[in-house]
Amino acid sequence: MTTGDTMISIDGLTKDFGSLRAVDNISLDVQKGEVLGFLGPNGAGKSTTMKMVTGYLPITGGKAAVCGFDVENHPLEAKTKVGYLPEGAPLYGDMTTTGFLNFIAEIRGLSGDAKQKQVAYAIEKLQLRPVMNQPIDTLSKGFKRRVGFAQAILHDPEVLILDEPTDGLDPNQKHQVRELIKEMATDKAIIISTHILEEVEAVCTRAVIIAEGKIVFDDTPANLKNRSPNGNLDDVFRELTLVN
Amino acid sequence: MHNCWVIIKRELGAYFNTPLAYVFIVIFLAMSGALTFFMGAFFERGQADLASFFSFHPWLYLFLIPAVSMRLWAEERKTGTVELLLTLPTPTWMVVIGKFLAAWAFIGIALLLTFPLWITVNYLGSPDNGVIVASYLGSLVMAGGYLAIGSCLSAVTKNQVIAFILTAVVCFLFLMSGVELVQSFFQGWAPAFVLEALASMSFLTHFNTIVRGVIDLRDVVFFGSIIGVFLYINAAVIDLTRGS
Repeated sequence: MTTGDTMISIDGLTKDFGSLRAVDNISLDVQKGEVLGFLGPNGAGKSTTMKMVTGYLPITGGKAAVCGFDVENHPLEAKTKVGYLPEGAPLYGDMTTTGFLNFIAEIRGLSGDAKQKQVAYAIEKLQLRPVMNQPIDTLSKGFKRRVGFAQAILHDPEVLILDEPTDGLDPNQKHQVRELIKEMATDKAIIISTHILEEVEAVCTRAVIIAEGKIVFDDTPANLKNRSPNGNLDDVFRELTLVN
Repeated sequence: MHNCWVIIKRELGAYFNTPLAYVFIVIFLAMSGALTFFMGAFFERGQADLASFFSFHPWLYLFLIPAVSMRLWAEERKTGTVELLLTLPTPTWMVVIGKFLAAWAFIGIALLLTFPLWITVNYLGSPDNGVIVASYLGSLVMAGGYLAIGSCLSAVTKNQVIAFILTAVVCFLFLMSGVELVQSFFQGWAPAFVLEALASMSFLTHFNTIVRGVIDLRDVVFFGSIIGVFLYINAAVIDLTRGS
């Protein structure tokens, strides 16, 4: 492991909500070029981990750093390096697609030509042209998800953290978003969380499964599949996450 | 500071993208006009001043300002956009100030639109325009106090109705703390300095001195401190309620 290309480093990350331990001592390093698929049952701690790495949730124990910037001690530097699609893709419904993307671009420090270029690029990549001037409230679920995705890649971040990026998309849109993730993976480190096991096979170079806040599997998707005699991912997933 | 401006722009846009701005402005103008002419006996008083207009502002603000401030944070928490906002590279306090300034500017716009009254009184007689300018400033500064309280309480809950009611109640207490109703509750058991401290917290007392045309530094400092303290608590509340 070359430390020079480590984009995300998570060390002993722990999160307690009251007496409940949601994330329990997770350690991970993600390199440039990796697409890490974050799997686990609902409530396993996927989103919580992502929220800590993006600097939204305070960390109970351990450390997380993005491009060498500790998310607690250097939050602003870390946040500039990250593109984040939160779970459910929350957006400002009263704004138009373009208005919203311009707002995010501006707050990310882009202006003038650079801003226009990046907004146009994101609109192009996510095929948002037909809804450019429509209020976000009036968009379908698939478009909303893609606006959320567009917002995350506007500033061409070195790290992308996507919480269920294909949720609510139809099969064609899913395919398109997966192609986009693969395309962007060359010069970024990407973490995606998903429920769809095929997605991990399709786009990820690495699969991490967590259950009850702990990592129970961390290897390539191919090796994950090999654990089952008949190659059924669902069986492996159940076996790994229903330990207790 | 650039980011603060970006947030102010977005927030102000949000007011005018929705019917909120127009409904608010129409109601504010209609009510302030009606109160001035009917309850304030603008004509019958036979005096060329706007005292009958400004004397109703503390009461008008009591339910109109919570209507503006209730959405500031409660809505963001409800829709989840707060997660988006707080994972952008901008400090929490800057977002708090940006949102507050946008709401304040919005109230300022509504207040400016009452200018026909000022024209009327100048047409009918020769008022002391210095007093009128001071009164406008006093009204704006007091509105800022109400708004800061409202913004802070809006961060406490995801429910806008609760935010509205809490704000109206707390503002009412601040408004009335110099008045018999509140004072008599403490009389008899609280030491005199508590009574005096309470009386000195009264919005009404401070506003009335400004409306008389006396811009006393103490009154401006008072409302400035109210704004500062409540926005500081506001930022703290947001950091405490992240993820809940």
